[in-house]
Amino acid sequence: MLIAPLLIFVLITFIFPISDMLFRSVENDIVSDTLPRTVVALESWSAESQEAPDEDVFAAFYTDLYLAQEYKTHTRLGSRLNYQQTGISSMFRKTGRRVKRFDTDVYTDQFEELDAKWADPSYWASLMNNERVQKQLPETASSYTAWRELMVEEGDNPDAETPEDFVYTSLYRDLMHLSENGASVRNADVRTAMNAVSGFESVSLKEQFIDAEDDWADPKYWATIKLYSGNYTPGYFLNAVDMEQTINGAEVKPENERLYGTLFARTIYMSLFIMGCTILLGYPVAFLLANISRRSANMLLILVLLPFWTSLLVRTSAWKVLLQQQGVINDILVWSGLIDEAGRLIMINNQMGTIIAMTHILLPFMILPLYSVMQTIPPSYVRAAKSLGANDWTAFRRVYFPQSIPGIGAGSILVFIMSIGYYITPEIVGGTQGVFISNRIAYHISSSLNWGLASALGAILLAVVLILYWLYDRFVGIDNMKLG
Amino acid sequence: MISNLAKRGKVLDSNKDTGFVVFDQVQKSYDGVTLVVKNLNLSIAKGEFVTMLGPSGSGKTTCLMMLAGFETATHGDILLDGQPINDIPPHKRGIGMVFQNYALFPHMTVAENLAFPLQVRNISKSEQQEKVRRALDMVQMSKFANRRPVQLSGGQQQRIALARALVFEPELVLMDEPLGALDKQLREHMQLEIKRLHERLGISVVYVTHDQSEALTMSDRVAVFNDGVIKQLAPPEELYDKPDNAFVAQFIGENNRLIGTVESVDGDYAGVRLASGDLCQALAVNCGAVGEKTTLSIRPERVLIGEAATSNTVEAKVLEQIYLGDHVRCRMSVHGDEEFIVKVPNAPGFSHLEVGQTAQIGWSADDCRALDMDIVR
Ligand SMILES: Nc1ncnc2c1ncn2[C@@H]1O[C@H](COP(=O)(O)OP(=O)(O)O)[C@@H](O)[C@H]1O
Ligand SMILES: [Mg+2]
Repeated sequence: MLIAPLLIFVLITFIFPISDMLFRSVENDIVSDTLPRTVVALESWSAESQEAPDEDVFAAFYTDLYLAQEYKTHTRLGSRLNYQQTGISSMFRKTGRRVKRFDTDVYTDQFEELDAKWADPSYWASLMNNERVQKQLPETASSYTAWRELMVEEGDNPDAETPEDFVYTSLYRDLMHLSENGASVRNADVRTAMNAVSGFESVSLKEQFIDAEDDWADPKYWATIKLYSGNYTPGYFLNAVDMEQTINGAEVKPENERLYGTLFARTIYMSLFIMGCTILLGYPVAFLLANISRRSANMLLILVLLPFWTSLLVRTSAWKVLLQQQGVINDILVWSGLIDEAGRLIMINNQMGTIIAMTHILLPFMILPLYSVMQTIPPSYVRAAKSLGANDWTAFRRVYFPQSIPGIGAGSILVFIMSIGYYITPEIVGGTQGVFISNRIAYHISSSLNWGLASALGAILLAVVLILYWLYDRFVGIDNMKLG
Repeated sequence: MISNLAKRGKVLDSNKDTGFVVFDQVQKSYDGVTLVVKNLNLSIAKGEFVTMLGPSGSGKTTCLMMLAGFETATHGDILLDGQPINDIPPHKRGIGMVFQNYALFPHMTVAENLAFPLQVRNISKSEQQEKVRRALDMVQMSKFANRRPVQLSGGQQQRIALARALVFEPELVLMDEPLGALDKQLREHMQLEIKRLHERLGISVVYVTHDQSEALTMSDRVAVFNDGVIKQLAPPEELYDKPDNAFVAQFIGENNRLIGTVESVDGDYAGVRLASGDLCQALAVNCGAVGEKTTLSIRPERVLIGEAATSNTVEAKVLEQIYLGDHVRCRMSVHGDEEFIVKVPNAPGFSHLEVGQTAQIGWSADDCRALDMDIVR
């Protein structure tokens, strides 16, 4: 009961964001939300036909896009689909501007000419209230309802306004359908209209769209829309492992478009390297700490912890000052004559910069667990080894070192996991060659706004850490790990 | 006291050539101010079992560590087989050691632990196996060769530690309170076992304990430590029957103390005037000159009751009795001392006393030792 606040805190700050992230990495309802009619119409179309979809799909797309540009959601959808297929974003933007000026007003005019009732808002309202009519004119009913919602949203009274062109377009299409099927219609007005539509002048929406933007004739864009019309998608994950979804299933991207594989590999091997460096530098320090008097150990420990009292940003920037080509270290080397002016070392904005700065920053996380483990190793073990005839080195290698391994394990796993998700330091001193996968995640979160991809990358990172943790448990044993 | 120490020092000096292990005027200070070990002289013969007995903090472990090479003597020499070993590093001294917490390497199996001293000596694999097997047999632990130390009970770990200290056949084995962590029964069993091994292998053992019964049952000689000084070095019987000073009398076994002033010294005997005003005849062991204060030491079982009490008689009131089967422990008020203990044997012819009753008790002057005025414990 007492831990309830903590539990809630953990739930809110930890479990909830992580599950949200996992959800975002597969979530994809934007297409089906924005283009519901198109998604349904596309079901009967297959990308293998190598042709653009038929008029039905374009008609549905017309209604959807008309509504979407009214709600201003079409650009968002465009950017989302652009992650999968470049160029699609501008198609949406361009067509969105044009869709209100499509030639569909001919339908409106023709219906109003046929009977002035069709221009009467209250007539529309009463007609669409009739369930029978709704059933016979499904497209019209759907368009009309959507239009009414739009009116309400915009603060207008739908009972006082004439519907937009796209509603008449739907009406035309419904009536054409009925007349072609020779259906019997009870409502007199509708019957009259049905009998009249075959003589109407018609407009091809397909042509209208292609007129506005040639690319709508290209089936590959329609294939993308169809591929991402599901509510969930593996697309972000495929993207995160340098693959893409094509008509032929998932395929590895062409060489020049691959990015994340290298980044993941670099993140892992550089983290391992940094971990190795912290072991090499941290072990002697921890050993010293554990084998001097308590007073001096506490003094030294303060020095080890000193970096924690300084901002991470300041420490990283300090490395920038030290390492840059006109920086302190290069100046000293040139001054001492070890290198000449032209031979100034490039130690920053590359992998070396990241390794040096991160080793320094993560060193305490290696030293502390090592120290706490070494402190628990009784001196009698080494003494026993020596009394049994082992010299200093053998006693260390065969008795002391094996017992300090839990500390190395704990420190390594701590440093490695922290390093694999590090962001600020590589960002500042890493240049392009020394950045980690987290920098890419940050880029997608704050700049490209592709949160789905960022989430997928994050989820993979999480999985990698969990797998490594599992491997560690398998081969070293997590119980062997002592953090303090 | 001081003259006594000097006297013993001289005796040991002449022993120097014969002793297998010799501490020669060894001093040790950790902080450069207080001496933890003060002018230690000790000679241990080959094959001897010597125990350092003393209260906690009296410098026993320090002495052992100096012998093993983990601490250096601030002053004086330590000789092993006639050679000064101050400059020999621990791993070259060839001294087996059993630590208080056993110090078995937790990451190695029992067999690996035992093979360790053989491996570092570059002994061949087959010989290693043979020696490990024999050492395990010796402590009846053959079945546990492949276990880890944590999988063993305290007593089993103790045996392994013992086997490990013996497997490379050292001539000298040091043990620092090796049985301290075991329960009473196991401890007594292991005492006998260690003693048997010592006799069988003919090794020299320096054993440290703060448990006097352990020291008395196992040792050839016991060095009683207090405050960095050996108070008495003697075989167990002598230590109990003939303590040299008040500290030893009090530390070993049960003891009655009476404080008095020396009034006369006549040969081996001294007349001592007690605080109650009575005069008491005692053996003048370590009591100084006439007029000096002295501690009288009388063992509870040497006190005689009733008719049997012929000398040093006094009327004593019974304050408390505890029936212990073979004898009755009786607390009495004697010469103003209310903590005076008398052991009344539960034997034919002994009448039981009642609490509150006054009885006549006494003791022979030979059983009453006039000792120094050491401040005890
Ligand atoms: N490494 C050390 N540093 C400083 N003082 C010590 C050290 N080891 C022991 N001492 C001190 O020396 C004295 C004797 O200790 P020790 O030899 O361990 O006694 P014992 O083994 O008889 O209990 C104690 O007062 C103890 O505090
Ligand atoms: Mg001790």
